[in-house]
Amino acid sequence: MKYLLLRRLSQLTILTVFLLGPLAGVWIVQGSMAGSMTLDVLPLTDPLVFLQTVLTGHSPAATALAGGIIVLGFYLLVGGRVFCSWVCPINMINDGAGWIRQRTSIGDGSLGTTLRYWLLGFVSILAFTTGVTGWEDSNPVNIVSRSLVFLQWQVIWVILSLFIFGLLLKGGWCRICPTGALYSLLGYLSPLKVRSSNRETCDHCNACYQVCPEPQVLVTPLKNSAGSSPVILSGQCTNCGRCIDVCHKNIFKFGSRF
Amino acid sequence: MGNDLKSDTNTNRRQFLATSATAACGVVALFGLSGCTPDDGGAVLLRPPGAKGDFLGACIRCGQCVRACPHKTLKLVGLLQRGGTGSPHYEPRQIPCEMCADLPCIKACPTGALDPELTDVNKIKMGVAVLVDQENCLNYLGLRCGVCYRACPSIDKALTLDARHNSRSGKHTLFLPKVHSSHCTGCGKCEKSCVLPIAAIKVLPRSLAKGKLGEHYRLGWEEKAKKGKSLIPEALDLPDRMPEFTLPSLDEVKP
Repeated sequence: MKYLLLRRLSQLTILTVFLLGPLAGVWIVQGSMAGSMTLDVLPLTDPLVFLQTVLTGHSPAATALAGGIIVLGFYLLVGGRVFCSWVCPINMINDGAGWIRQRTSIGDGSLGTTLRYWLLGFVSILAFTTGVTGWEDSNPVNIVSRSLVFLQWQVIWVILSLFIFGLLLKGGWCRICPTGALYSLLGYLSPLKVRSSNRETCDHCNACYQVCPEPQVLVTPLKNSAGSSPVILSGQCTNCGRCIDVCHKNIFKFGSRF
Repeated sequence: MGNDLKSDTNTNRRQFLATSATAACGVVALFGLSGCTPDDGGAVLLRPPGAKGDFLGACIRCGQCVRACPHKTLKLVGLLQRGGTGSPHYEPRQIPCEMCADLPCIKACPTGALDPELTDVNKIKMGVAVLVDQENCLNYLGLRCGVCYRACPSIDKALTLDARHNSRSGKHTLFLPKVHSSHCTGCGKCEKSCVLPIAAIKVLPRSLAKGKLGEHYRLGWEEKAKKGKSLIPEALDLPDRMPEFTLPSLDEVKP
C-alpha cells in the first residue's frame, strides 16, 4: 500500500496547493496545470499544450518556454508518466472506476496500447493544420484540472464521463490519453525505473498483472528471463509502484535503468 | 504450448491493431467534426488586452490572466460554451475592463498570447463599441441621456455626441452618440452604463464591427488638409453670367 498511499498523497497535495488560492486566498500557485506560476518564480507548462501552440506557428514567450523545459527535464529524470500516476487528477477517477470494473462484470473491453500515439499524432496535426489548439476543447486532463481549480461545477459531467469510460474499458482514459503518450516518450529515456530484480522467485500469482495499469510492460522483464533485462524499460510504465506494493515475493523495486 | 502462446500473441496483436485503427479513425472523425474549430466557431467573445487574431493558437488556456485581473473582469470560457473552453474572455455588461495602467493580465500571460509589447492602455484594442440599437437609444429618441458618453474613459475622443436636427419635433436637437474606433479600446464602460434593461450600445469584436474602405479611397477633405491645398487643379472658375436670352415671342415660333 505504501506507494499507492504516497501517490494519493502526492496527487491530493498538488491539487490542494492549486486550490489554496481560490478557496483560502493563499496564492502559492497561480494558474492551472496547463500553465502555472509558483511563488512568482517557478513557471511550469504542460508539454502537450506547449507542443500544440508551437505547431500552430506561435513562438511562445520565454516564460512558457522555460516552464516547458523545466517540466520536460523533471519528468525525463523521474520517468515520463510519473505525471500520470503521481500528479494527474484523472488518475484517481480512473483508478476508482477500474477498482469497480475489476470487481464487477461491467466492462471487459480494452483499447490497444498504441491508440494513444495515434491520438498524439492527430492532436499535433490538428494544431498544425487549423492554427488552433483544438484538442484543448476536449482534452480531459487540462479540462478537469483547470475546472477544479477554477471551481467550474460543470466539471462533474466530465468526471462522470471519464468514470463511465473507465468502468467500460480496461485502463480507461489513461490507456489512450495523448498527454500520457507524450510523457511516455520521455519514459523511454528516463533513468528511474522499476526493476524485477529477483524475478526468479516469481510464483506466477498474477497479482502484479491484475493491478498494473499497463500490464503489457511487465511481460518481458518479468517472464522472459532468457537474456532480457529485468528493468521495465517501456515508457508506458507510469512508475506508479503498484507492482511493488502487491508482490508478496518482493520482486519489484525502484532502481536505475542501468 | 510455445506455439499456442505464439499464435495467441499474433491474434491478439492483429486484434488490437485492428481495434486501434478503428478507434483511431473514430476519434479522428469525431473530433474532426466537432472539436476542430479554425476560428472562434462563430462565438462572439471579447478577449483580454493584447490578444491577436491567432489567439486560440497562442493561448494555452492556463487561466493566469484571469487570476491576475484585479477587477474579476476576465473569466474563463465555460465547459459547454463555444469559443475555446478555458480560454479567457470578458462580458462588459457584467464587468467592464478597467484598463489598469500596469496591465497585470498581459504580465501574467506566460506565452505572449497577450502581446507583451502592448504597454500603453490607450492602444488596447479588445473590441469596439457599437450603438447597435438606434431604435431604443434614448438619445436617438430625443432624450438627453448620454450616460454612455459620460462613462467613457476616453470621452470626446472615443465617444462623442453629434448634434443633429430633430426632424420629428422640428425644433429640438438630437445628441447622437458616435463611436470613433481609432480611440475606442473596447473596455465596455459604455455598455455597462447604458440605462436600458438591455444595452443599446454594445462592445463587439473589431473583426465583426468594422467595415473597410476600399484601398483606393481617399477622403478629399483629409488629403486637402494634409497637403494644405487641393491635390487636383482647382476647378476652372469661369466668370458667372446671368442668362441673357429672352423667351422668343409666340409670333416668332409660329410656322
